[in-house]
Amino acid sequence: MEKIIGEPKKAFMTGNETVAWACLAAGADIMFGYPITPQNEVMHYWTRLAPKYNRNFLQTEDELSAGFTTCGAVQAGKKAFTATAGPGNVLMQEPFGMAEAMRLPVLSIIQQRGGPSSGTVVYSQQEVTLTTYGGNGEGHRIVYSTATHQEVYDYVIKGFNTAWKYRFPTFVLGDGYQAKMREPLEMYDPQDKGIEIIQPYPLIGIPGKIGEDREPQHLCNIYSLEEELYEVVMRVSAEYESISPEIVEFQARNCEDADIIIISHGVVSRAADDAVKILRAQGIKAGYFRPITLRPFPQQQLREVITQSGAKYLLIAESAYGQLERLIKQEIYGETVEIETLFMPGVGIIDFDIIKKVKSII
Amino acid sequence: MEMLAPATPKSWYLPTKPHKFCPGCGHGITLKALGEAIDELGIQQETIFGCDIGCSLLAWNFFACDSTQTHHGRTTPVMVGIKRARPELITIGYMGDGGGYSIGSQHLLNSAVRNEKVTLILVNNTNYGMTGGQMAPTTLPGQITETSPYGRDPETTGYPTRGPEFIAELTPEGAYVARATVSKYKQLKRLIRNAIRNQMEGNGFSFVEVLSTCPTNWRTNANQTWNFLEEKMEQYFPVGEIKSPLGKGDK
Ligand SMILES: Cc1ncc(C[n+]2csc(CCOP(=O)(O)OP(=O)(O)O)c2C)c(N)n1
Ligand code: SF4
Ligand SMILES: [Mg+2]
Repeated sequence: MEKIIGEPKKAFMTGNETVAWACLAAGADIMFGYPITPQNEVMHYWTRLAPKYNRNFLQTEDELSAGFTTCGAVQAGKKAFTATAGPGNVLMQEPFGMAEAMRLPVLSIIQQRGGPSSGTVVYSQQEVTLTTYGGNGEGHRIVYSTATHQEVYDYVIKGFNTAWKYRFPTFVLGDGYQAKMREPLEMYDPQDKGIEIIQPYPLIGIPGKIGEDREPQHLCNIYSLEEELYEVVMRVSAEYESISPEIVEFQARNCEDADIIIISHGVVSRAADDAVKILRAQGIKAGYFRPITLRPFPQQQLREVITQSGAKYLLIAESAYGQLERLIKQEIYGETVEIETLFMPGVGIIDFDIIKKVKSII
Repeated sequence: MEMLAPATPKSWYLPTKPHKFCPGCGHGITLKALGEAIDELGIQQETIFGCDIGCSLLAWNFFACDSTQTHHGRTTPVMVGIKRARPELITIGYMGDGGGYSIGSQHLLNSAVRNEKVTLILVNNTNYGMTGGQMAPTTLPGQITETSPYGRDPETTGYPTRGPEFIAELTPEGAYVARATVSKYKQLKRLIRNAIRNQMEGNGFSFVEVLSTCPTNWRTNANQTWNFLEEKMEQYFPVGEIKSPLGKGDK
């Protein structure tokens, strides 16, 4: 594979620029996109870089089109990606549904902004429900929620691999802060870190003469009979469940003896991490748990942490009104630990907010 | 010496003035023409003003008329819904070239085909202004934008959309279709007024594209801005009435 970065090197850049470089390094062939803040600069950097590395770009007429063109390019065997936010993410749920139904390895970068509707163009964690379960089906997709630019770089590369290995649509869920902030990171070519890049392959337009070497490919996502669809959904569900343990990622710190475990995801987990350190220094037994994959969710791991610690409380902190909380509740149904919440929809959360909340509970 | 304040249309909502468009932006000129047209036709009370997402949204509280802000590209169907529900209201939709010709093009096309009795004003500034200057359907060949950093290449991205021309083809008799420019104010106001009159008379779909300026994203000074509008845009996009059921007397 072509080397883009050369020797691993330090960089200081915005998250959107990081996405463009990571897509190049991962060997992405083409981006389809439609302008929307705070994702625009992914396209701006990609349109500047792509021609120099013989990669392609198309600005489509809207996000429905950006999503479906990405589906088409993936079917044709190219590593294609898109990036969007907010109302664009809403429109893309239709093509994402096709990707779920037809197992298309589409990679999408979502930079969450405030909602509903046009909301704000700044920041939120309000696209969790939409990104994890936005399709008219069971939510057979993989969602990584990143917290730093290094992770943005790492998980964009990993995301392409996950998508093409397991053939589920895959998402890197960022937000306006990650998109627009500058931060240091290390860029590298995946092969230099021992990461094997999974090569894309076509689902249609494949080699061999139809009628002689092979049957024609007939891709389809609609069924005449209830039972046919039932079979497909059950088969896909079983497969999704069987691969989930390989995909699930999380972080847990200071949970062993914790009285209260703070759960957060994305950038908020950085505030939670700081808050736990400060609380520990003050003698308060706080723990930190962060799902990195929101789909599939680290259910088993969270249950174990709750049981082993014997914690009295979970504190769920998010820049949304209960979207992470709903995910967690459905995953840990039956646990008796008390659940407290810090909901700050559409605004940032800092360590102080979490510390104050913890002290009001304990 | 005391400065003479420029006359303000009666239908403007004064608590929101001065407005928030960038200096040199054509949106302000277009909305002044629209305000004067509303005044002259005496329809402030029955007008419903609807704006898109794009810099047009900065007009959400611009007029002393009942107003609604919609989604990017969705102003047309919202206006159609209002008009179908309450035909006595005068619905004026206001949108950008990205909103109208790109993401909302299906709505524009189909409402034109159905000859919906709404008035739409579309501001063509050859780019996506609000999101920071990306390529729009109207971006001129060779024009540099954030997503055509090496200049728009018609080979891969096609030629600029000539909206009024295609809408004229789609609509039956009774529709009103025109293109104006902020460099010719009197004509701009006349064409907007005609497009509203045409709705009031119940003739059909009424559409005006307005060639406009975006110095912020074009990164042009006053002279360059005006030159681009008059030399480049007006060359590519011919100005005037393309289709009108109204009497010649008003021309
Ligand atoms: C579904 C959706 N996609 C994208 C956006 C982001 N967006 C906001 S304004 C805009 C472009 C506006 O351009 P135009 O319609 O030409 O109006 P202008 O700002 O140039 O007047 C875009 C793409 C959005 N709000 N909703
Ligand atoms: S960005 Fe352009 S279109 Fe928007 S207000 Fe400024 S000059 Fe006008
Ligand atoms: Mg525009």
